[in-house]
Amino acid sequence: MKAEFKQSILDALANPNLTGALGNFSVAYRAGRAKAYEGIDFEALRDEIATVKSSAASHFDELAEQFTRAAEARGTKVFRTSDPAAVRDYVLALAKERGVKRIVKSKSMATEEIHLNKHLQDAGMEVQETDLGEWIIQLAGQTPSHMVMPAIHMTKEEVTTVFNTKVEDGQKPDIPKLVKFARGKLRPMFLAADMGISGANIAVAETGSIVIVTNEGNARLVSTLPKIHVAIVGLEKLIEEFKDIVPILTALPRSATAQLLTSYVSIISGPVPNTDGSPKELHIVLMDNRRNEMAHDPRFKQALQCIRCASCLNVCPVFRLVGGHVFGKVYTGGIGTILTAWFNALKESDEIQSLCIQCGNCKDVCPGKIDIPDLILELRRRLAVEQGLPVIQKAIFSVVNNRRLFHTMMRAASIGQIPFAKDGFIRHLPMFLSNMTEGRSLPAIAAVPFRDRIKEIKQPKCAEKAAFYGGCLIDFAYPEMGEAVVKVLNKAGIEVIFPEGQTCCGAPARYSGAYEVAAQNGSDNIKALLAEDVKYVVSACPTCTVALKHDFAAHLEAVGRTDELPAAKELAAKTWDFSTLASMLLEQGRLKLKKGIEPTQFSYHDSCHFKRTLHADQTPRNIMKQAGHELVEMDECDMCCGMGGSYTIKMPEISAPILQRKLQNIEKTGVPLLLTDCPGCTMQIGGGLDKRGSKIKVEHTAQRLAECIE
Amino acid sequence: MIDSFITRATAVSAQVERAANRELALEMVLRILQNEGVDDKPHCGATWAACEMVGPADQAKLQGSVRGLSFNVTRELAADAKVGISQMDYALANTGTLVQAADEVDKRLVSTLPPLHIALVSTAAVLPDLPAFIQRVDPRKSAYLAFITGPSRTADIERVLTIGVHGPARLIIILVDDVEVAA
Repeated sequence: MKAEFKQSILDALANPNLTGALGNFSVAYRAGRAKAYEGIDFEALRDEIATVKSSAASHFDELAEQFTRAAEARGTKVFRTSDPAAVRDYVLALAKERGVKRIVKSKSMATEEIHLNKHLQDAGMEVQETDLGEWIIQLAGQTPSHMVMPAIHMTKEEVTTVFNTKVEDGQKPDIPKLVKFARGKLRPMFLAADMGISGANIAVAETGSIVIVTNEGNARLVSTLPKIHVAIVGLEKLIEEFKDIVPILTALPRSATAQLLTSYVSIISGPVPNTDGSPKELHIVLMDNRRNEMAHDPRFKQALQCIRCASCLNVCPVFRLVGGHVFGKVYTGGIGTILTAWFNALKESDEIQSLCIQCGNCKDVCPGKIDIPDLILELRRRLAVEQGLPVIQKAIFSVVNNRRLFHTMMRAASIGQIPFAKDGFIRHLPMFLSNMTEGRSLPAIAAVPFRDRIKEIKQPKCAEKAAFYGGCLIDFAYPEMGEAVVKVLNKAGIEVIFPEGQTCCGAPARYSGAYEVAAQNGSDNIKALLAEDVKYVVSACPTCTVALKHDFAAHLEAVGRTDELPAAKELAAKTWDFSTLASMLLEQGRLKLKKGIEPTQFSYHDSCHFKRTLHADQTPRNIMKQAGHELVEMDECDMCCGMGGSYTIKMPEISAPILQRKLQNIEKTGVPLLLTDCPGCTMQIGGGLDKRGSKIKVEHTAQRLAECIE
Repeated sequence: MIDSFITRATAVSAQVERAANRELALEMVLRILQNEGVDDKPHCGATWAACEMVGPADQAKLQGSVRGLSFNVTRELAADAKVGISQMDYALANTGTLVQAADEVDKRLVSTLPPLHIALVSTAAVLPDLPAFIQRVDPRKSAYLAFITGPSRTADIERVLTIGVHGPARLIIILVDDVEVAA
């Protein structure tokens, strides 16, 4: 990572206006969005959108032709090109030919993407943004920091300064007055403009219509007052039928601004008369700029299902800390990272993709049903292929894959003998070592790893067997969690074995884009875990569980080792996360809860993978409530704790404030006990609370349950 | 459905009135124009886009009652007017939305430029939602379908909701009972 990028992160984090505005917004957004979607089946809605948009992306060429025919039949001129330069030239040539001097624009990301304004201004045209946020950043000489709210990073005081220095002195930081000032200044520009340029939110092939969604009303003026209207439309805006606008118009305002509908929606299907009675000149530019190429990429095609609502920005724990000037280029946040890799160049996404902590929040709210974290990982993988992995990272993988050596190194480091600290090697180890991370105490590395401790446990002879998959944290740092798992399963009549051949789950490699390494990890683990005939394979780490259940197969497939897929699927089918298995055993009556347990108030932290991939979030809550404990939910219980595997080491500056916010939310509940199902979260949160001198205990669900079983 | 429309439209800062028939609705408009101080002085005018609910006789009568009211919409008059009046074709109950086939520029001028927009809509034209509207309307028959949901708004500075940016800061909707709607 370049020092410049690191510095931009630090600058953003040190800007209280930015983090304050985005932080407050993320809280308000969450509540507002939930309210806006009341009574709507979001999953059904986004299935519909994904189907409509995906189908369109499979037929861009046909749809573009159909759109062109329908629009031209009504007198619209349609220009289609794959080249951004051709778009710029077309608009400029048209403007010159018609003697245009003044242009008003309503918000259009497509024109930002191709830097149209500059091209027109360089040729002497006056180009005026009219969306308030866009106008502010145009005056300030900045780029939008958010796809829907371009100037969200600025305070009213900063806006006032921009107005005072760039427009007219004497403005005061009073928002209604600033808005009125903008109205007064922009109105004459609308009336004087010779050309209006807009984007479009939807383009309907069947009818040749464009749909423009705004709140301020500027698009209505841009498309009404000047005699020429040019709409720049990305190919991904195309949909087949007019009726398909319904799901998009249902989701877009709700997801973007938590509105049921924006103040204005304009559906323009042909030229309309000008105010002097002449017919308006309507030009629609259908712009490709690698969208068709994207549609033919089996992985990235789904990114074309984006409706540009920016909800992936609004729910992102990292975006709300650093904003779009760090997290993005023209397009910002999660989807912005993906679009940057395509519309600019893959390598331009290198730094911004590293900001993603892979928590999965965005995937849950995306109305286009895009698996944004997965696509970011795919970018990471392609970058790793293109640029190669750093030598140090390769060395690390050889260590983590050798479990005994890994443990020895960890142990040595944790007791202060750090023979490997040279060249920053320890600092790069993918987990729990960095004594340089502020705000968190680190767990002691166990003298004897769980793989050896389990041999000392006297287990009853049982009819059923489970293989325990430890993962690095339980094996080396939290063997007591493993012991709790054994205790609970023994009581249900299940003997637990620890297959020695198990190795790293592959997550560190996966999250670095090293799929060959991850696939080998998968292969080794599959062999080890299927070697003995067991009924269950159990893990108490959600990241590991997801690896066993989903990622092993995905990695093997990705690198072409398809002959190993049946074994991967066999393993996936018998893999359980601890809480889900315990819940089933309780239901079956094989486990019984003790009577008369002293009720303890607890709060529950949702681990990202546990909730958003395994969807098991309610299970541990229910078990604990059945056991007689009282749940007190915290704010943002399912927001990432900032651990993110090696993220906490790679991005300590960002991980730390995410953790601090989590700790505050936990402390606000006033409970003495925090439960979670993830050893990584336990380490991050437990270490953070310890550093703050908090008395709140952090336990894995398995540990508490072991105390509640008869 | 009418109640739902009123609730939703009010929730997005529109003012909703209801008139038992066309004559009472026009009287209501008249009173609003008088209260707003519509006059033939600069920046005090009102401009009314031709609509089915107002015949030539009504126009003459209304103009006789309010100085500064014009039925001859121009860009200049609309830009200077205090009030714009138009009739909308449909209303959507579940979002509090008004919809108009607004190919004629006058209809858009009076609902975009003046700070107050008065919208007349027949109670019989209230539809449940967007899908119901889509079934009835073909965009190939109208080149400019305009949806209006509340007054113009922004939250671009510090996310503070502020009403009245480029379009009207106030929207008064008059639901008119007892008026036939063209199929």
